[in-house]
Amino acid sequence: MPPTAISQAPGFVGRPTRRVDGPLKVTGRAKYAAEYDAPGLAYGYIVSSAVAAGRVLAIEADAALQMPGVIRIFSHADRPATATADKAWQDEVAPPGHPFRPFGSDEIHFALQPIALVVAETYEAARDAASLVTARYEVTQHRVDLKRERATAYDPPEKRAGIPPPPAPRGDFAQAYADAPVKISADYVLAPEYHNPMEMFGTTVVRNDDGKLLVFDKTQGSQNVKAYLAGVFGLPEGDIRVVNAYVGGAFGTALRPNMSAVLAVMASLALERSVRVTLTREQMFALGYRPHMEQTVSLACGRDGKLLAVHHDAVSGTSPFEDYQEAVVNWSGMLYACANTKLSYALAKLNTNTPCDMRAPGATSGVYALEAAMDELAHAAGIDPLELRIRNFSERDGNTDKPYSSKALMLCYREGAARFGWSRRQLAPRSMREGNELVGFGMATGVWEAMVVPVTAKAILSADGALEVSTASSDIGTGTYTILAQIAADAFGLPLERVTVRIGDSALSAHPVEGGSWTAASAGASVSLACAKLKEQALARARRMTNSPLAQAAMEEVAFTDGRIALAGDAGRGVSLADVLRASDLGHLEEEASFTPDEKLAGRYASYSHAAVFAEVRVDEELGVLRVPRLVSAVAGGKILNPKTARSQILGGVVMGLGMALHEEGLFDHDLGRLMNHNYAEYHVPVNADIGDIDVLFVDEHEDKLGHLGVKGLGEIGIVGTAAAVANAIFHATGKRVRDLPITLDKLLG
Amino acid sequence: MLQRTDASQRGELYRVKLAINGAPHDVEVAPWVTLLDLLREGLGLTGTKKGCDHGQCGACTVLLDGMRVNACLLLAVTCDDRAITTIEGVASLEPTAGGGLHPLQDAFMDHDAFQCGYCTPGQICSAVGLIAEGHAHSRDEVRELMSGNLCRCGAYSNIADAVWQVLRDGTAGEGGR
Repeated sequence: MPPTAISQAPGFVGRPTRRVDGPLKVTGRAKYAAEYDAPGLAYGYIVSSAVAAGRVLAIEADAALQMPGVIRIFSHADRPATATADKAWQDEVAPPGHPFRPFGSDEIHFALQPIALVVAETYEAARDAASLVTARYEVTQHRVDLKRERATAYDPPEKRAGIPPPPAPRGDFAQAYADAPVKISADYVLAPEYHNPMEMFGTTVVRNDDGKLLVFDKTQGSQNVKAYLAGVFGLPEGDIRVVNAYVGGAFGTALRPNMSAVLAVMASLALERSVRVTLTREQMFALGYRPHMEQTVSLACGRDGKLLAVHHDAVSGTSPFEDYQEAVVNWSGMLYACANTKLSYALAKLNTNTPCDMRAPGATSGVYALEAAMDELAHAAGIDPLELRIRNFSERDGNTDKPYSSKALMLCYREGAARFGWSRRQLAPRSMREGNELVGFGMATGVWEAMVVPVTAKAILSADGALEVSTASSDIGTGTYTILAQIAADAFGLPLERVTVRIGDSALSAHPVEGGSWTAASAGASVSLACAKLKEQALARARRMTNSPLAQAAMEEVAFTDGRIALAGDAGRGVSLADVLRASDLGHLEEEASFTPDEKLAGRYASYSHAAVFAEVRVDEELGVLRVPRLVSAVAGGKILNPKTARSQILGGVVMGLGMALHEEGLFDHDLGRLMNHNYAEYHVPVNADIGDIDVLFVDEHEDKLGHLGVKGLGEIGIVGTAAAVANAIFHATGKRVRDLPITLDKLLG
Repeated sequence: MLQRTDASQRGELYRVKLAINGAPHDVEVAPWVTLLDLLREGLGLTGTKKGCDHGQCGACTVLLDGMRVNACLLLAVTCDDRAITTIEGVASLEPTAGGGLHPLQDAFMDHDAFQCGYCTPGQICSAVGLIAEGHAHSRDEVRELMSGNLCRCGAYSNIADAVWQVLRDGTAGEGGR
């Protein structure tokens, strides 16, 4: 059955289209997890550990229990039974290890670990009582300093599913590096970063009279959370349903089930009532994060700039209990052509929660180091940084030796450079200025895996001609509601208002967690297939109608428009879908279809999205004050379903990349093992005044190996390369190379 | 004048009269309840968001007698006899755009000035306040004076475009569907 969903014109796919969930979001009517009410709702407030490592000797809760309105205080010493096997706690995307269990034991692995939950009649009573709960600890030596722990780094024995370990060495790096005429080697350090979506984690468990639980949760995967909660608490799958209709940002932090979900369900089951648990902003810093990273990159090239040797080593932090892994160094083996490569990656245990995928995990960190190093190599070789990259353009993925399914990166370089005015760049650092400001141009390449995953979707056509499409996908601000509506509307030639998209509910058709930039291509394809199947059914029924004008019509010969099926060349010869339903004596037509990635194609091709990022920085020569007045991100991401929301995806990635380059930094007190800046005032994220002109352009790229939509996904490519482009521009402006991110004023002046 | 109404075991409750989005509300509230929690938990007005509860992110921005304030930093008892406008009432201030929306609401959709939507009510209320203040005369000043409202999705340039357009033209314009 050939999918016909996006072939009709004129349609919505490919056109800038307002978000279909916009009216709800601008009027405050979109409801997030902590905003559902229930009769007799109780409130839970989490008490966090004051120490980073050790054991809880005793929880002292007497004073808290005396507070009016307090119902019960849960802790490791007083809680309902939960699953004993690790397997039950291992969610869909868990890395190898022993998953964290809130209140699992008296052991403390990290500061701000939850140690008690106060449940009370009001939020204020729970909060105030929580402040009265104290604990006595046995404190052991913590480890939070990655620089020190680098010596203890190890190769994780069990590899994380879906994350390729570093490829085996190619050629002879050591010899090639020794013999090369131009070479650099440098260390790059990344501070831990915290996702910090604007919506704090929250879970509202609504307990029905029959004991079944309706769980409103902040998550990127309703079915992941549902299966996890059912396993952890031994509930029949039918007794629990998870809804995440609107998610106030996530960026990866809501891929794994969160402590608020576990604790809210725990309290609800024990108290047999509805419960809401929300985290504080401080507690948001006790979640998974983008890990600390110490990296060394050594590059060598000939006088012509051709890469002769590439070495990339990375050591990343992980938790005491899980081996979180990312593909960090692999990019250095594929982004440019080179015969001699040596790539290595190791973990060091720190007293933190397990890191969690954050926007382009691995690539954001690793490609930063590679692209900063490429800039250093270009400087050493006296070659324009863009030219150096073009000379080393890879036609095949060096790690796998597969051809690319599509790779319009050269267009990104050319069109991005033209839009930016790269040709105005003077080669020497510190050679451009305007008034008191040193001006620098920097660039970097971005790359991210283009993935597709199996997704099932349903399409339902009602008698009034309205169409509903559904799958248990999530829209975390990505625009999923809108692109699915566009695809479905085009399939049936309907206006957008006639299409309802239902996502964010574990009761819907199967969909994995929303992440990895795979949702647009995969959920989009499944909706497209479900619509195509539904059209086949509608046409088959139309053909069978008495005196049907479509009796002999094939799918290629008809058009679906405004609730009718008619011959493509003769709109008068057709039937209304309402009449089709009536003739079939049905209230609605329904089809479900699954999109499955073509494994054979995936085995033959390497698929990535690419970007070229160009940044201008201005640095006050005396004060070191730095700004990024403009940036161009040229992206090759396959077919663009909605240029309006697609552009926003890239803007978002760029802004987070600017945060990485200039602002974001979790600062640990190494004596106490605690994060010092666990709030928005001291953990700096970009604000509106920090953001200059960001010019996003999508280059033409034809992709036909990743599913019939030709889409690659855009949630992550916007961040990769951005920090390097800015850091490289800062070097170009000032002649000073700062390799430790974020690049703050003190480092620039120091 | 605040009246103490109850000294029950739940603590003292005070009677507070508020005009919220034009409607009178007569509530009894404990003195430690913030305006934000009263709106969200007490009155079901969940359009006002909680992003930090520390006055650091602006997600809870509402208009208090027309001035933009962080609802998480105000105790409800201090708002007696005051008029509060939340996102649920913004449209009625100036319902000139399509669908009875405020021009800012329309402009936010037109410029795609949000993604997850969680900071959006605060951004819009803040922008209403900003325009009323009359201090912003350029897009750059809009960026500066909207910097108390964080957006982690990174919609800043679209937010600046949307607010500047309404400030300059009074309408959302026709930039897209």
